[in-house]
Amino acid sequence: MARIELSDLAHSYKRGASAPADFALKPMNLTWRQGGAYALLGPSGCGKTTLLNIISGLIIPSQGRVLFDGRDVAHLPTEKRNIAQVFQFPVVYDTMSVYENLAFPLRNRGMAAAAVDGRVREIATLLDMTGELDRKARGLTADAKQKISLGRGLVRPDVAAILFDEPLTVIDPQLKWELRSKLKALHKALDVTMIYVTHDQTEALTFADTVVVMHDGRVVQAGRPDELFEKPAHTFVGYFIGSPGMNVLPASVAGNQAQIAGATIGLRWSYDVPPGKRIEIGVRPEFAMLARPGEGVPVTVERIDDLGRSRLARLRLREHAVAASVPDELSEIGETAGLILQPDHIHVYADGERLEGRA
Amino acid sequence: MGLVLDRVRRDVGALTHIHETTLRLPPGTMTVLLGATLAGKTSLMRLMAGLDRPTSGRILVEENGRERDVTGLPVRERSVAMVYQQFINYPNLSVFENIASPLRVKGLPKAEIDGKVRAMARLMQLESFLDRMPLNLSGGQQQRTAMARALIKGADLVLLDEPLANLDYKLREELREELPRIVRMSNATVVYATTEPQEALLLGSHTATLWQGRVTQYGPSAEVYRRPQDLITARIFSDPPLNLLPVTKTGAEILLPDGSKAPATGALTGLADGDYQLGFRAHQLGLRAPAGTSLHFDGKVVVSEIAGSESFVHVECSGGRWVALASGVYRLEPGTPIAVHIEPTTVFVFDSAGKLAHAPAFLSAA
Amino acid sequence: MDKPQNNRAWFLVLPVLAIVAFSAVIPLMTVVNYSVQDTFGNNQFFWNGTGWFRELLDPTTDLGGRVRDSLWRNLLFSAIILTIQVPLGIAVALAMPREGWKVAATLVVMAMPLLVPWNVVGTIWQVFARGDIGLLGYTVNRLGIDYNYVADPLAAWVTIIVMDVWHWTSLVALLCYAGLKSIPDAYYQAARIDGASRWAVFRFIQLPKMRRVLIIAVLLRFMDSFMIYTEPFVVTGGGPGNSTTFLSIELVKLALGQFDLGKAAAMSIVYNLIILAVCWVFYTVMTNLDVERRRPPADA
Repeated sequence: MARIELSDLAHSYKRGASAPADFALKPMNLTWRQGGAYALLGPSGCGKTTLLNIISGLIIPSQGRVLFDGRDVAHLPTEKRNIAQVFQFPVVYDTMSVYENLAFPLRNRGMAAAAVDGRVREIATLLDMTGELDRKARGLTADAKQKISLGRGLVRPDVAAILFDEPLTVIDPQLKWELRSKLKALHKALDVTMIYVTHDQTEALTFADTVVVMHDGRVVQAGRPDELFEKPAHTFVGYFIGSPGMNVLPASVAGNQAQIAGATIGLRWSYDVPPGKRIEIGVRPEFAMLARPGEGVPVTVERIDDLGRSRLARLRLREHAVAASVPDELSEIGETAGLILQPDHIHVYADGERLEGRA
Repeated sequence: MGLVLDRVRRDVGALTHIHETTLRLPPGTMTVLLGATLAGKTSLMRLMAGLDRPTSGRILVEENGRERDVTGLPVRERSVAMVYQQFINYPNLSVFENIASPLRVKGLPKAEIDGKVRAMARLMQLESFLDRMPLNLSGGQQQRTAMARALIKGADLVLLDEPLANLDYKLREELREELPRIVRMSNATVVYATTEPQEALLLGSHTATLWQGRVTQYGPSAEVYRRPQDLITARIFSDPPLNLLPVTKTGAEILLPDGSKAPATGALTGLADGDYQLGFRAHQLGLRAPAGTSLHFDGKVVVSEIAGSESFVHVECSGGRWVALASGVYRLEPGTPIAVHIEPTTVFVFDSAGKLAHAPAFLSAA
Repeated sequence: MDKPQNNRAWFLVLPVLAIVAFSAVIPLMTVVNYSVQDTFGNNQFFWNGTGWFRELLDPTTDLGGRVRDSLWRNLLFSAIILTIQVPLGIAVALAMPREGWKVAATLVVMAMPLLVPWNVVGTIWQVFARGDIGLLGYTVNRLGIDYNYVADPLAAWVTIIVMDVWHWTSLVALLCYAGLKSIPDAYYQAARIDGASRWAVFRFIQLPKMRRVLIIAVLLRFMDSFMIYTEPFVVTGGGPGNSTTFLSIELVKLALGQFDLGKAAAMSIVYNLIILAVCWVFYTVMTNLDVERRRPPADA
């Protein structure tokens, strides 16, 4: 059980790096509370795997400290830290049975046989694997193997945190739901800190209480899933979270009015715009509604995507592409239409950073 | 070029990988093969490509209204290109040379190759990487290179076997959006395998659902999604998984799993007495009581997942274990009592053999 | 298996078939022909039926006795070679560097002995191990150990075994190294997290993942060591006495020394069948251990 703190942490794969560009991980401070469910979300190369490897002890950071309950473990090897990890591709010991796989970490630590047995059966019950304990691990399906790798972490009574490195990559979509809700349920039941690395926003948002969005070696925003969705602190967060991402349009803003491509749009709040910065407004497709021609801002319709339970309009506002929702009652959509942006959900960004408005 | 599979079947040893399948892919269309791992997507593609020979049945190519039997014709003599899940490029050739390689094999003049490669690179947004080596590129760029190489051949049949599976979520989203446009421009007949229902809908065009080596349904994607002919197809084409409720209809009432009774309304009115399964997707299970008649169940929250502006709430109730998709943020602790509602007019009804007995009418997307 | 038919492909195979026919099938048929006949020269042949085979397999006859003795020597030799080379090869593979310039350097050094022809290896060791002018023989003798491979059967065996180990262990090591390289890093990381000892990592990760290449290594080394000829022929000539006379040497003596073509032919057939039989047993046993992996998961 542990609280994890990253203090002034930074890492570069080059020796003696000084320029910010040399750092795969730029200096950061983060605190993760005991028992939390966290996700590290970002595209490949954003530094999320480097950060995970620093926490697990596979990489020693160039600077800064990694504190587990206040104790600096930055230079301790993996096996001396109370962490477990589930990898992208299932790692099981092929020649062992499921039971032996689960018992392995305990036996290695010299636990008495009776205690091992009790613990293994307890975890197998949690994982719904009691029926498969005697089977050889190698014949199992990918999702069962991932459950075993998770079980090898959970079985240790001393484990402080479990790290997940894109654990659902090789699992079929329908099984992902099962495995993910199992994971959530286990997290609630066991009070273990879980850190989940992924590039998949759905996995990150649905799994975590707090999602840490990373971009280019930096943490751009850390917050609850609904916060990230409703108030993206950076245009990158707006783009990366949501499918499709937030519409970001160059604009000029004065008070509570924004000018986009010749059209004037009313804003909910007033803004003091810093001079000399690139000003953009951002609005999610969920809050941009397609309307009949003549209503809102005039746009041209490129196409309508049918997503099954909803429709998405691909529009063009002068030279800018815009995605918008299509209300169920709207039919007979022509080549031109109107676009209504909900003022409550329009954000103003200066050089990519979100500005706070005033009433 | 159109492709016709005529009662094609493939056995390997004692196992049947593909059961007898008849499929007609019209020229210039895109067909999505949707099914779980091991459902037979790759086996079917290998038959289409000519990499494997069917145990029985014929494979025909349709050109200008005439059909030509190509069963047994080796892949090299067919006009076929294939892209795999792994990014396969020539590691020692630049991106330009990678894309140009099929044209060099054909022996095209230099200027023509140059022009074609640049046009294709523009389409795939690879122009600025033409001099780079594939291994120095991101996964998305590598896969775009592989796809460019497949498309530049001008093959009549392009097979894409889960080409986006190894890519980052956002890249996948972008390529998925570009793909229908690229396909339209190439004029080829395209077959695209995926495990994700959402992908089939986004790519549009046609979908064939696969299950245990059988094509369960083929048709325009939206139609297969809205009118799955059987329970299996409905399950394949649902993500989150399809919720199910077994009921028994007697007269004007239905018997629910917990022994209680409810009036047979909506979809159930016109059906004969007997056992049925009601199927409804996550967004058809409501957390608020709708106006009008509804079936409601009291249960407990298993887990709730918040995905931006929506929440997936997993519920355990007398009807079964279900997932509800609700707009808004529902932060619910496991074990919280909750009521869920089904509107009987919006559900699929499957008979005891798993065949569709009733599908809701969809006027627009609901 | 049932790939689309393309008959042109057969034309490409024809030259190979012709070469194999001339180099293997026709000589083999000649051997079979010889094995059932007797000859007194002048190209005059007499039908002898299974006579040679019966004599060969009956240990009470002179020939049968010699065959039995050299067969035991062969089996003993192969057993010793496998018990030394397989564990040693695995150990060397485990000790080899995984990355950096050292990998290339090690691979080159390891491949070196494999490139030396058999008779050259024999000659090198024949000189190297001589008590008077050979570096090894001289040194060992100066250390007070009585070592003379020409006179002492034990010394002769030790020399041939050490020579074979020097020549072929790197083959086993290289195969194992390839097997080790294919293990993803995640396995080692998981083992560290699970607190596994070095031995447990070897036993539960490295050995299972190496099994396929080990099957190949064992088969190759068995076949090769069972057919050993050149090295003992060059170094000891089968002596002292008959102590290093293996089946192959016996065979050559019979065929070229005594010109007993019938007996020699019968013996080479028996020799061949023994190798095939042992390899088949090895292969079946070792792949059967692997059967479970190939069965698709029951619930897939």
